[in-house]
Amino acid sequence: MSTAAPVVELKQITKRFPGIVANDSISLTLRKGEIHALLGENGAGKSTLMNILFGLYQPDEGSIEIDGKPVTIDNPNKAIKLGIGMVHQHFKLVQPFTVTENIILGMEPTKGLNIDYKSASAEVAKLSEQYGLHVNPNSKIQDISVGMQQRVEIMKTLFRGADILIFDEPTAVLTPQEIVELMAIMRRLVAEGKSIILITHKLKEIMEISDRVTIIRRGKVIDTVDTDNTNPNELAEKMVGRGVTFKIEKDAPVIGQPVLQLNQVKMNDKQGVSVLNGLDLEVKAGEIVGIAGVDGNGQSELIEAITGLRKIDSGSIKLSGKEIANLPARKIIESGLSHIPEDRHKHGLVLDFSISENMVLETYYKSPFSKNGFLDRRVVDKNAEKLVQDFDVRTPSIETKARSLSGGNQQKAIIAREIDKNPDLLIAAQPTRGLDVGAIEFVHKQLIGQRDQGKAVLLISFELDEIMNVSDRIAVIYEGRIVGEVLPQNTNDQELGLMMAGFMEKGGQSDE
Amino acid sequence: MSRLRRIFTLDSLIVPLVAILLGLIVGAVVMLLGGYNPFEAYSALIKRVVGNPYDFGETIRQITPLIFTGLAVAFAFRSGMFNIGADGQVLIGMTSATAVSLSMSGVSSSIVVPVSVIAGGVAGGLWAAIAGYLKAKRGINEVITTIMLNWTALYLSNYVIRHFFLLKGQNRSEDIGASAALTFLSGIFNNARVHWGIVIALLAALFFYVYLWKTKQGYEMRAVGFNQNAAEYAGMNVGRNVVKAMFISGVFAGLAGAFEVLGVFHYQSVFAASPGYGFDGIAVALLGMNHPFGVVLAAILYGVLTYGSAGMSFAAGVPPELIKIIIGSIIFFIAAQGIVRFVLKPFYLKRKKEKVL
Repeated sequence: MSTAAPVVELKQITKRFPGIVANDSISLTLRKGEIHALLGENGAGKSTLMNILFGLYQPDEGSIEIDGKPVTIDNPNKAIKLGIGMVHQHFKLVQPFTVTENIILGMEPTKGLNIDYKSASAEVAKLSEQYGLHVNPNSKIQDISVGMQQRVEIMKTLFRGADILIFDEPTAVLTPQEIVELMAIMRRLVAEGKSIILITHKLKEIMEISDRVTIIRRGKVIDTVDTDNTNPNELAEKMVGRGVTFKIEKDAPVIGQPVLQLNQVKMNDKQGVSVLNGLDLEVKAGEIVGIAGVDGNGQSELIEAITGLRKIDSGSIKLSGKEIANLPARKIIESGLSHIPEDRHKHGLVLDFSISENMVLETYYKSPFSKNGFLDRRVVDKNAEKLVQDFDVRTPSIETKARSLSGGNQQKAIIAREIDKNPDLLIAAQPTRGLDVGAIEFVHKQLIGQRDQGKAVLLISFELDEIMNVSDRIAVIYEGRIVGEVLPQNTNDQELGLMMAGFMEKGGQSDE
Repeated sequence: MSRLRRIFTLDSLIVPLVAILLGLIVGAVVMLLGGYNPFEAYSALIKRVVGNPYDFGETIRQITPLIFTGLAVAFAFRSGMFNIGADGQVLIGMTSATAVSLSMSGVSSSIVVPVSVIAGGVAGGLWAAIAGYLKAKRGINEVITTIMLNWTALYLSNYVIRHFFLLKGQNRSEDIGASAALTFLSGIFNNARVHWGIVIALLAALFFYVYLWKTKQGYEMRAVGFNQNAAEYAGMNVGRNVVKAMFISGVFAGLAGAFEVLGVFHYQSVFAASPGYGFDGIAVALLGMNHPFGVVLAAILYGVLTYGSAGMSFAAGVPPELIKIIIGSIIFFIAAQGIVRFVLKPFYLKRKKEKVL
């Protein structure tokens, strides 16, 4: 395979944005029939490079060759004509349309004046069969799973004749089972003669599926290596630029008084279905309690109940001994709660606000940020300067809109804001979702730092590794109830898995 | 100096200017197709506006309500809402000002005018706040409620005028004695109907800017406008902000109405159809990119084109409706910024090359 001809050659690509060099003379060769992983931290310049290859950006310097011929790709249509297809991280699908309708969108085959759905649908079915995608051409997008939707995106590129496929963080949204299936599909694609560029920061997947890896750090190529001759530790070190510990160092917790106490909390959704079903939970000062569970078992509702965003129907929630159930959100925040929300774009940041403005999202009305009803810009900016510095938020300036920061830096900004409030209780929901190993390490250190300062930390995560590594105590949630409480050193994935699936209960105050 | 240059190289200024230019070109092409001389027409337009003091004053009169309604639409938009109901809020402002000033006949003008203006503004604000309340409490889309409230306002206003203040035998209210005229300016402008409204309108634009970008309430309102979810997470009361934003938006519109009756007409007609101030306001807000100072500039442009169009038809024989084509295409080019950028592309590339050298 190593002798195969290159299908794509990026030569000395440089791309500058105001205040930042996103790609600094990057060269990359994709050989025919290989899976080439592109590894780098958030904001290292992976997406910029691929957007250049796909014609969304123009390089300031450098050239691109496809099949040995120099080309200029100034829009995505040109890229598609050259046989390049991109499977975006965020799908670009029309929900109420069928699979076939989505696939042919923009290049509908016609029969007279009508769209020829019949032959299109047959074509889609054929492609599905050829690559083992198992997609029903007539299902509506809104009715199929996320994994299936991704296959529709893959099929869109195949339908347009792509030979070179770019996958942008394809596993970020998938369940473990779906990831296994995706890997199989990628192998099938390569076997059928396609070439793949895989953008990711998940080392496990790279080791499992890629042939070669190119590591990018801060816009520069660090190295290109054969996957067989490397290991995860080496890759992580190259990506971050220093040694990374996967095992989290922490001392034994010094546990204090209860900070958060939930007692028989019940909540129904709009349809009257019970989403929190008599939930009991206690988090003490100086400990991290991890909530393990399969998505949709009441995690979001639990957070919304504690933070006051949704009313509970009965039960009690106490923060530092004070009843906070159904109080307005601001009252609860003022009682000493900080919250790193699950969806940082939707809930954590106002993307069109500057970093500076985002840093005072919960404190803007208080002195010294506000005086006599007016915001004191100087104090607000000074505060942002300090937080950006202390938490190493990489941004061209504090006036930059939050929208233009990378995911990892957006998360750092939120964490900076939340920790700076010096809370008694810190809720962290999926705090490392979509982050690279360097940023994950940072987040975990911050959480443990808070716990060592005697704060109570509630961690909600779907990543079992994270729950096992970071928590001092694990509570398993199933169908709106805590069905088990265990210590991480006394349990294992199998036991947790059984509890998460509702087959086993253990410890806690379970009454069944 | 460098700061000044930055402002002028800013996209937000270049795009509207090019859009205006393109709009004027489209107008010229249409005139040529119709067999008119565009140069003659445009110079007649300009001449009409600046040709004599009276017309200049009248142009200011034309601009005044446009600033108010433009601000009304832009303010709601900045808070994440689309206020289609500025028209109804203008009517309610008019009617309240008429009612208050006619009920206070005999009292000195210097008392009647401020009281009526305040009444008009507050009434317009409360009218808009109905839509805000329905959105906050019941989740009803403000686009629908404000359009419905436009009709309610029209018939309510006509009812009030007909039943309580009708001038016998006429389809309008009795004459209002009090006047908000800027007498010393009226003198200069040869009795053009210039009134205090223009001063208040400019102050309103200033208030808009300071409130939204300098105060903590404005910060909150913008946060709600950009991202309601994040605002809610941060502990802000989204509902209260929605109602408040609609109220302020409505006050701007209500003031437009109050000044139209007190400064210009000195009576209120029974309207057969909606007078259209609010809809012009949507265009002005769009042209002004929802920024208060942009709105003022856009209102000037819109007012000059509208008032000047009469001169165009008079001196160059061009039908005044043509001005609608020009305004329409300017708005089109602003909304379709891609086209403007496409036109500008060669210039941008050229500049970049210079930089590299």
